[in-house]
Amino acid sequence: MEPGDTLFRRDAGRMVAALTRIFGIHNLALAEDVVQDAFCRALEVWKIRGVPESPSAWLMKTAKNRALDALRRERTARTFAPELGRLLESEWTLVPTVEELLGPTAIKDDQLRMMFSCCHPRLAEQAQVALVLHLLCGFSVGEIASAFLSNHSAVEKRITRAKKVLAGSKRLFELTDRDFSRRLSAVQRALYLLFNEGYHGASPESAVRVELCREAMRLALFLVEYPPASTPSTRALYALMCLDAARLPGRVDASGNLSSLFNQDRSRWDPKLVSEGQRFLERSATGSELSEYHIEAAIAWIHASAPRAEDTNWKNIVALYDQLMVIRPSPVVALNRAIAVAQYAGPERGLEEIHSIQNKDRLARYPFYAATLGELEHRRENYEIAHAHFQAALALARNPMERRFLEQRLESCKLKA
Amino acid sequence: MSEFVYLYRGGERSNSPQQAEQVMQKWVAWMNELGEKGHLKDRGQPLELTGKVVRGKQGVITDGPYAESKDIVGGYTLVAAKDLAQAAELSKGCPIFESGGIVEVRPVMEM
Repeated sequence: MEPGDTLFRRDAGRMVAALTRIFGIHNLALAEDVVQDAFCRALEVWKIRGVPESPSAWLMKTAKNRALDALRRERTARTFAPELGRLLESEWTLVPTVEELLGPTAIKDDQLRMMFSCCHPRLAEQAQVALVLHLLCGFSVGEIASAFLSNHSAVEKRITRAKKVLAGSKRLFELTDRDFSRRLSAVQRALYLLFNEGYHGASPESAVRVELCREAMRLALFLVEYPPASTPSTRALYALMCLDAARLPGRVDASGNLSSLFNQDRSRWDPKLVSEGQRFLERSATGSELSEYHIEAAIAWIHASAPRAEDTNWKNIVALYDQLMVIRPSPVVALNRAIAVAQYAGPERGLEEIHSIQNKDRLARYPFYAATLGELEHRRENYEIAHAHFQAALALARNPMERRFLEQRLESCKLKA
Repeated sequence: MSEFVYLYRGGERSNSPQQAEQVMQKWVAWMNELGEKGHLKDRGQPLELTGKVVRGKQGVITDGPYAESKDIVGGYTLVAAKDLAQAAELSKGCPIFESGGIVEVRPVMEM
């Protein structure tokens, strides 16, 4: 297992998805209880007996037995998945049905169904992401709260409410549903947000953030491997994740400090992920659809393929940001575009671009807005003004790493002033 | 070397799998350490916290084990140690103490 990985993380999601399929979405809470119970019992035994060779198989077996108990016990009191109704009623069909539904192929489909179910149109994007993390990735409320730097009870409320919405829908989302493609874009968006939270998010612990990225990639791979979901935009999304994740090892330098894209040791980028990203980017270039993921992946590819920061083709990057501003305009996109402009046309032009950003006020709480102003003023050798901007950015820093990074920039202003 | 039984009494069983998993890891690490140092004879077994108690000549059966659930034996392990003092010392690393349980260290009777 990789660090940070736990048995629960690895197995709970697929077990909950499979059991929900059997019990019916309205019995989501029962599925969660059964999984939790199976885990706690297994862990109690392993505490003394030691962890067996293949814990996942044991857990699945325990869950199966518990599920059969629950089905027999509650058969008269509850209704289960309507489409399975008769198969679960008779002892003749009960065990084989449950066994088949807990087989590896069925479980993969169940996770897809669960993913699509979590991205219910009645839920806000943030709630969808939280629900995906909770139900499919086995993150506890506390872990989600710390990953998103939000408070425990707010996350708990959000998840409880989201589960109610989910349990209120008649059944798990069927992959043959007419709404498939609309729901697919919601799923893509949720995975994109999940990945971004890991990549750019505020959590001070890089281990947590790497986990969020990894979970997003794991789920995105489900989409890529399921032909109807493997659209050009899905492949572009996966390419984007690979190309960005490739740079993760370079984002923090040897002494644990945040390192900007311009100063990163590019030899630490992961070449396997770069070529995986490239492969998927090529495979995404079919059809007429040009999604935001295509454009972002293309930008990430320009960075990933530049051997040195100064080899970066900034003009192409600006052109791509221009396209992105058409498809999905936002102040953050505009800010990134301005940074790219400054790279080839000089800091003055960059600052002009920043000043003309619409809805700039939405960047007010974003530390890298002030930090960018500081960076460009620093390049113009206006060290005092730069210092003031970095000071403002420091006040907004969200974690010790950002704080240290900005303190170093402040120090550099003082030395040069 | 003599043999001793550790009886694990009381201690909370977590109903959060995330927490239970951390606790489990600690137990496994502790047991492995005992094993590496040659003190582990038999990992033993965990026990259900329910059961029956049979007493008296009539063999009266009641639900059990005891009124005081915090003292219930939740499992046991067989260890080897130089003497009782060392066996007791070795038990100090047991994660059960973090959840308020106790380890009862009992020498296996020898002739």
